Parts: sequence; C-alpha cells; structure tokens
Amino acid sequence: MSEDLIKQLASHIAAEVLHQPNRVLAPDQPLLSSGIVDSFSLVDLAMYIEDTFGVHLDDSELNKETFDTLAQLASLIASRQA
Amino acid sequence: MSNFSSLLVNSYNECPEKTAITVLLSGKTDQPVTYRQLIEGAAAWDQALTRSGILPGEVVVLIQQHSLELIFAYWGIVLHGSIPSIMPFLTEKLLPERYRADLSALVGITRPEAIITYREFEPEVRAALGEGSSVRRILVSDEVQPAEKFDPNSFGGLQRKNDDIVLLQHSSGTTGLQKGVALSHQAVINQLNTYANTLKLNEQDVIVSWLPLYHDMGLIAGFLMPVLLRVPLVLLSPFEWVRAPYKLMQAVTHYRGTLSWLPNFAYNFCAQKIRDRDLEGVDLSSWRAVSNCSEPMRYESQQAFVKRFAANGLNPAAMCTCYAMAENVFAVTEGGIDGLVAVDEIDRESMQVERKAVPAQPNRPTIRMLSAGQPLTNTRVRVLDENHRELPDRMVGELALHSDCMLSEYYHRPDATEKAFHEGWYLTGDFGYKADGQVYVAGRKKELIIVGGKNVYPMDLEELAMEVPGVHAGRVVAFGLFNETAGTEDVVIVAEVDTQNETQREQISDAIRQTVTRGSAVALRYVHLVDKKWLIKTSSGKNARLANKEKFLKEIGQG
Repeated sequence: MSEDLIKQLASHIAAEVLHQPNRVLAPDQPLLSSGIVDSFSLVDLAMYIEDTFGVHLDDSELNKETFDTLAQLASLIASRQA
Repeated sequence: MSNFSSLLVNSYNECPEKTAITVLLSGKTDQPVTYRQLIEGAAAWDQALTRSGILPGEVVVLIQQHSLELIFAYWGIVLHGSIPSIMPFLTEKLLPERYRADLSALVGITRPEAIITYREFEPEVRAALGEGSSVRRILVSDEVQPAEKFDPNSFGGLQRKNDDIVLLQHSSGTTGLQKGVALSHQAVINQLNTYANTLKLNEQDVIVSWLPLYHDMGLIAGFLMPVLLRVPLVLLSPFEWVRAPYKLMQAVTHYRGTLSWLPNFAYNFCAQKIRDRDLEGVDLSSWRAVSNCSEPMRYESQQAFVKRFAANGLNPAAMCTCYAMAENVFAVTEGGIDGLVAVDEIDRESMQVERKAVPAQPNRPTIRMLSAGQPLTNTRVRVLDENHRELPDRMVGELALHSDCMLSEYYHRPDATEKAFHEGWYLTGDFGYKADGQVYVAGRKKELIIVGGKNVYPMDLEELAMEVPGVHAGRVVAFGLFNETAGTEDVVIVAEVDTQNETQREQISDAIRQTVTRGSAVALRYVHLVDKKWLIKTSSGKNARLANKEKFLKEIGQG
C-alpha cells in the first residue's frame, strides 16, 4: 500500500512540479530541503493530497520538519487515512 | 524639514497609543504595536548600537525573519541615524556556503559597520566575514535589553540632513547584492508624499501586506509608507502567505483592509490556490486598491483574480497597476485609482516586428496591454531610442525617468551609477511606450528574469550551473519563460554536455537543478541538456540568451 502511495506521489511530483514525467524519485530523497519542491509548489501538493487521498495537511505542516521525503509524506498520509 | 526620525518621533508625541502595525504570526494572537511601543522597542536597539560604538551614517545590515524584532531593529537603526539595509535570511533550500558567498559579496562592496541577526544565525554571519572585514560588530536580537529611560527628542537620527542617505536597498543574487540603491531622506519623503496623493490616502485606509521587507515593494509600500504616514499596517509573513494564501483574504476581511500590493503571480496564485472553505466569511469589499507591481502586469491575471473573488465582494475597480523600482524609491506610475486601469488593444504583429503599438485592426491578432498608469506628479517618463533620443507616442523604446525621488547613487559603485544615467535621466533598462498619457511596459532590455516578483540575474544562475561536473564554462544559458498559468516567469537552463548516456545526463540534470536551487533559492522549471555546439554565441563570444531562448522554444515545439 505504502509503495503504491509513494509511486503515485512520485509521478505527480515528477510531472507537475518538475515537468519531467520520466524522472524517478527515490523514496528517501530529500525534496524540500534540496529545493526539488519549492515553496510555491507546496500548496499545490497539499491540494493534490487532499483531493486524491482525502487527507488534509495544514499549512503549518508544509515544511521539512513534517516531511522531507516521499516515504515520510506517504507515512503521514497513511497514518491519517487509518 | 522632516526626516525619518522626526516623522516617527512626531507620531510618538502626537498619537502614542495609535496602532502603527499589527503583526500577524501563525499560531499566535495578532500583535498590535503602537507608536509608543514602536519607539520603545526601537530605542532599545538605538542604545545597543550606541554601546557597540556604531555611529550615525554607518551602515547596519539586518538579517532577521518576519518578527517584531525585525521591525524594532529597523527603526532602531533609523533613530540611531545609521543606515539600515535588510538582507534576506537563509531559507532551508539555500546552501549555507552559498549564502555566505552572497553575504560576502554584499559586505565586500557595501562595507557595513554592523550586522544584526538572530542567535542561531550568528555563526553563519561570522563565517562569511573574512579578515579585515568592515564589520566591527555583530548584534544578536536576544542580547538586546529593554530600553533604558530615553529622551525621544535626542535620538541621533533627528540630526540627519535631507540629502543624507537613509537606507540601502539591494536586489537578490550576487549581482544584485553588489548594487545597493542608496536613497536619501528627502527622496523617500518626496516619494511617499507624492504617492500618498496619487493613492488618495485617507483616514479610512488600512494597508495589508505579506511582502518581504528586503524587497522595495514590501519595504516602501508595505512598511515605511504606512508607518511614516500613520496609515495602519497589517503585516503578514511571506513564508506563511506562500503556504496559506487565504490568510491575506482573511486579514483584509478582519481588519477592513483597503490597500495592498501584489506581484503579478500572486493574482494567479490566490485565484488558483485557495479552497472555498477558506473563503467562508471572507468579505473583500473594503479593498479599494490592489496594485499589481514588480513583475510584468497581465490583464489575464487580474481578470482571474476578479472572477475568483467576485463572490466575496471584491470590487473589480479595485484592480490597480503600478510600475516601480527602487531607483525611484518605489512607484513611477500608478493606474486605476480613479476608475478602471486602461487597456490598450494593439496589433500583435506591429508590436513584435516593428516595435510599434498600433491600435487593433479588424481581423488581425491582437495583444491586450495593461496600462501601468500615469507617471506620479513628481516623475517624468520618456521613451528613448538607442541613441537616447525621445520617441513619439506608441513607439517602443527604453523607459527613462527623472524625478525628485531618485537614488543618490549605487552605494560605493560610481561605475554603476554613471552607467545608469544619461544627462540626468535614469535609464530603467525596461522597454515600453506611451499613449494618451499612459505608460505601457513591454519587455526588458536588461537581462533579468523576474520570478515570483524577485529579480534574478541570469549570469548568477549560469555560474552556478557551471559548477556541476560535466557542464562547461560558457556553455550554459539561463532565461525566463512566461508561464500563463502561473502568471510569472519559469526559469529555464539550457546546458551543453558531452555525454550521450541517458543516465549520466539525468544525473547532470539533477545536479544542475540542485546546485542552482540551493545556490540561488530559485527553483528551475526546466533543465534542458543539449549536445555540443547547440548554443548560439554572439560575435563577441558572449552568449546570446534571447536567440537561445527562441531556439529552445522551437525545439520543445512552442516556437
């Protein structure tokens, strides 16, 4: 389940944020602290997550302390879906 | 004659309990700051500067996040008679080493005598200062004690003369940080008084701003003007706004905000990225002027904004435009205060081919140009050809201006100062035309990318990309590409590489993205790797960014 989640998030970020649909993102690759996902894309990401997974991320959670990698983001989503 | 300090002290004497600024911080209650509190907070910094041996006329660089301390420290420097300059703080995506290099670039040219920062950041600042640095003292916010008893009429800042420099304004990147716009008390006060008339500032006005104070739009329109002219200011954090744009709307609702300034992309951003549920109870009917400023202004962006917030009472007539630059303190023009902003529908081909704004012809493609408005009453605008001769209406040329609120100089940069002027007229580096008394801005002569309201010099990004192994010096170009959806420019890097191996190319592309982003805090939208000899060079050997941009667009099928 978590792997599917990661895959789905990865392909969304590759296509919509990076404009590189074929780009592979590793589950443990830092996204926020590395600048791959910039602050202007964070609201988009939060909206996508809410629409796709029905999980709300508060704007105060859109930072690297809450999640920096796909794996961390996926487990955050999974924990709220449960 | 007034100066910054006398204006502030007058407010302290005449209306000490009036709220000057309400500071909004996530998770905390809104914090009103009265003129009395502002002076008391600032006096603590004035005393700290005195104890540190910092003198009036010396430059103090401020590196602070959105906070009360930033506000108090800024006014403390002013009251002390020193010259404040706000530098952006380190964000998580920027590499500390790169930030250090930027800071060194600024310190090397500006030669500040002191730096004010926060505790965690002090080591970073210290590391950036080399042997023999001009900086005699680094002050940290939590070292500063509450002000001892003080006489508001004896602040050193009260002695500053009209033509003394009151502040420095830098733009970002290595290039921008080495060109500090120096403004005098007189210039800023002239701008504020004239702009206040243009805006018809009155007792009912409330300014709401989320703009960073290290940028001229945030500093002048969203900080100095309201505080000095006693217009209540509601100040949000840029960091929070970008994560929760609805907070601007809620603040306008709650405080009955009347005036705001936004860069063009923010119109798109707000229109697209606010949920309906966050607009419950939002009433924007108090907004009488929302000025589009600091990047190319787009009719479509303003329309998207109007449409999105019509149900929340937004008055379409509140949409304004403003052409501004730090070199004129801030505003050069303002449009839309009386009635709607003029829109000039022109023939597309004449504009693109002959650089002439010919009114729309039947059955031919057109462009809708949004007017930047009319020049402020103290500012004259001319359109010049390549030989600096004035062009007639509707001909596109370089915009030049003359006013009583111009920069004194680029600080410690006589070379740059001299280059910027022609016979007393400041050459803006922007293209535009005039028609019916309105100014229309149409592109740039200077090589500058404006992304999200921030000025970025392409050479800074290219230099960063050249650091990546596999990328060669002089074989990279960076340029901006307008993105209709975002309402701002996307940053593109095209780099020649030797390898044909796909995996290696992907690694290089990743490394460029990472190095540039972490070196400049600018996110790249496209990294395009090409074979050797792809890039077009000009005869002088300098890379021709425009030609390469056109080639790139053809290659991705948009040219």
